[in-house]
Amino acid sequence: MSLKIDQDHSRFRNIVRGKIRQNLRRYISQGEMIGRKGKDLVSIPIPQIDIPRFTFGEKQKGGVGQGKGDAGDPVGGEQSEEEGAGQGGKPSNDAGDHVLEVDITLEELADILGEELQLPAIENKGKSRIIAAKDRYTGIRRVGPESLRHFKRTYKEALRRSIAGGSYDPGNPVIVPQKEDKRFRSWKEDHEPVANAVIVYMMDVSGSMGDEQKEIVRIESFWIDTWLRRQYQGLESRYIIHDAVAREVDRDTFFKTRESGGTMISSAYRLCAQIIDEHYPSSEWNIYPFHFSDGDNWSMDDTLTCIELMKKEILPKVNMFAYGQVESPYGSGQFVKDLREHFASDERVVTSEIRDRDAVVGSIKEFLGKGK
Amino acid sequence: MSQFATNTTLPRYLKDEQDKIEKIARAHGLDFFPVVFEMLSYDHMNEIAAYGGFPNRYPHWRFGMEYERLSKSYEYGLSKIYEMVINNNPSYAYLLEGNSLTDQKLVMCHVFGHVDFFKNNFAFRATDLDAGEHIADPVGRRKGGYDPNRRWVDKMANHGSAVRRIVDRYGIHKVEEFVDICLSLENLIDPWSRFVVRRRESIPDEEPKQVEVPRLRSKDYMEEFINPSEYIEEQKRKIEAKQELEKGKFPAQKEQDVLLFLLENAPLERWERAILSIIRDEGYYFVPQMQTKIMNEGWASYWHSKMMTGDVCDWSEIVDYAENNAGVMATSGGRLNPYKLGVELFRNIEERWDKGQFGQEWEDCDDLDVKKSWDLRLGLGKQKVFEVRALYNDVTFIDEFLTPEFAMENKMFTFNWSNRNERYEIDTREFQAVKEKLLAQLTNFGNPTIYVEDANYENRGELLLSHEHRGVDLRNDYARETMASLVRIWKRPVSLATQVDGKRAVLRFDGKEHGVRHDAP
Repeated sequence: MSLKIDQDHSRFRNIVRGKIRQNLRRYISQGEMIGRKGKDLVSIPIPQIDIPRFTFGEKQKGGVGQGKGDAGDPVGGEQSEEEGAGQGGKPSNDAGDHVLEVDITLEELADILGEELQLPAIENKGKSRIIAAKDRYTGIRRVGPESLRHFKRTYKEALRRSIAGGSYDPGNPVIVPQKEDKRFRSWKEDHEPVANAVIVYMMDVSGSMGDEQKEIVRIESFWIDTWLRRQYQGLESRYIIHDAVAREVDRDTFFKTRESGGTMISSAYRLCAQIIDEHYPSSEWNIYPFHFSDGDNWSMDDTLTCIELMKKEILPKVNMFAYGQVESPYGSGQFVKDLREHFASDERVVTSEIRDRDAVVGSIKEFLGKGK
Repeated sequence: MSQFATNTTLPRYLKDEQDKIEKIARAHGLDFFPVVFEMLSYDHMNEIAAYGGFPNRYPHWRFGMEYERLSKSYEYGLSKIYEMVINNNPSYAYLLEGNSLTDQKLVMCHVFGHVDFFKNNFAFRATDLDAGEHIADPVGRRKGGYDPNRRWVDKMANHGSAVRRIVDRYGIHKVEEFVDICLSLENLIDPWSRFVVRRRESIPDEEPKQVEVPRLRSKDYMEEFINPSEYIEEQKRKIEAKQELEKGKFPAQKEQDVLLFLLENAPLERWERAILSIIRDEGYYFVPQMQTKIMNEGWASYWHSKMMTGDVCDWSEIVDYAENNAGVMATSGGRLNPYKLGVELFRNIEERWDKGQFGQEWEDCDDLDVKKSWDLRLGLGKQKVFEVRALYNDVTFIDEFLTPEFAMENKMFTFNWSNRNERYEIDTREFQAVKEKLLAQLTNFGNPTIYVEDANYENRGELLLSHEHRGVDLRNDYARETMASLVRIWKRPVSLATQVDGKRAVLRFDGKEHGVRHDAP
């Protein structure tokens, strides 16, 4: 049913969109505010848009309540419940903020991100050559196999015929479909490019990477995922963790594992190159390795091995190679400088230093701002 | 019969119930406008609720926001709207499709209570459209029954089409932006203006009176000591200086109806004036409902409970009714439920007047045992509650009928924000404090009281407003935004005299920068 209010509602949604855009930085650096809901939606709590008025400051105000408790006890335990079940009447005096949750599709969110950070659309390398044929049932035909008979359409046709022919009896509404009543589903072949981009996330899980550092990586990877997913129809992600040795893990383990060993970055790069070779021929895939570390590599020798690996094995096959250096309690390592030194003129290598959560936004822009 | 957009007829079985309940309500002495019930699906209900009960309003995004909130909380099963009733003559009331028959009956009983209140409570006389500028006698009845013009459904719809016409001409964004500005000033009205003559006609040609300094009474020989002539002279100079200052003052007296003042004096385009005037009219429409929230809900609940448990329910429904009623009356999270507070107070009044627990003798009695068993069998309760529902609003209702015994029985307390623990904490259960806080909250229904002080502030055509500070500061960020709205309308810098952290302060916004000056204006 179309309602009068729909127009007002859609204008409100637009305002919300603007509101989210203004606050996007805050949402980005507070990863937990983005609750992923279902497959395609995220819930974003936003403060209800208030029209400012002359009104009293909340905290001095206080009020009158009703119930048990002594002086000094908190009022009503939790304040988070906004309104209990019951009448639509608003409580006369609200403590606590109004918060409105809006659901936004991931696509919309990615668009907002793109607009806010002025991210360019990614140039597809023209590698979407894998095409899958898919049957879609979209039409209706008069002939076809019984197994595809469209019951409802057939029944309707038969009903129409019997009413028109006068043989329909409401007292005994038996309908017998005949051959010309039958309708069948028909299909069309659709050609779709399948997954054609892959992100290989690599993360240093040595002792110096703490929970905060991992949270930063998690937030950042969420946004990178969201953006690239918007750009490519199919996106795969692979996860590698490493200390002195590297191994491939699932997403969950990726963010949870904490090891205490030393750091050999080359181990991860070697595994990355191996995964790419085995599964993602570069002629067919857009490949994005992202590596996060605190930059404290074991030795200069290993760093040189890394650079060697990148030059020979990785860079020729990937769209871009991103390295994010997260500042840990032990400071920031040398690795980012080494990379910059060796790949100063190479556009495919993007490096970024992420000092804290607030720096996530800038770093996303550095990573994705080139449109590679 | 309903003649507006929703046009959903009530099913027969509900119409029968309505007739039955209407009869019972009349027999109890309720006196209401004709009531038109309509049945709505939940999304339609949410739509109309978002529009504040009116099926046709002007376009504005906040209605869409409210709609989203209502739909979400309905879909997540947090709340649903059982009933809605509009103060209109005839009154329109909406029933939610798919509610059980018991629920529908409860809603109908509740609605008749509300409509009786709309018709009889004095505050609602302010919504009579045919009453003229001032209502000199808010409770007096006109001859031939009281049947005022309260066709607000039509009026709101007219506002809607007027705004739509303006939108067609100037575009939704421009208009909506202006509506936002007006709405941020919406609460700057004078809730009692319909009942009081605020502006006295001044007679410009009248010779100004000789300045008279009030003197203390004294015997002749003491005169010079009690009213020393230097002092009198000084006072005289002061008064004259003040008069001189006020001579060119505009407005002559401070005015609380800021919106009216802006309508009359701000440099607005014609369409802007039209919109501001609409927002002001609608603001006034909702005033009585805000002034009587506790009483109105209390009265309706009092009657639904009396009628449902009396003649309306049959025995098979009583448990459903009780469960539902308990949900409505529940106090959760230590919050005050206006339904509950109102209904309990009305019952308390009825009991006290039935038993004669009022008057000097009762007040003077110190013996708790005597008080407990005090019963003069006066039976005045019913008469009293009907009188109260006509003559009081929330402020006077609480002021007069909230007793220490009642506050204790209902476990009332005050709470405050604790900076140390970062939470609201129970402050005290002391009766005076509870009552004061409650009254402060209800005064001007929780809005700060703000006046237009001077429209030619510092002789520069700037607007000076003053905030009557009663212990609570204004919320600063909102105040700044609101000042910006005022500047947009007044088109000159605007100042507001208030207090911040116990010191006098004048906030000023000149269209670009906000400033604060910490001395007396």
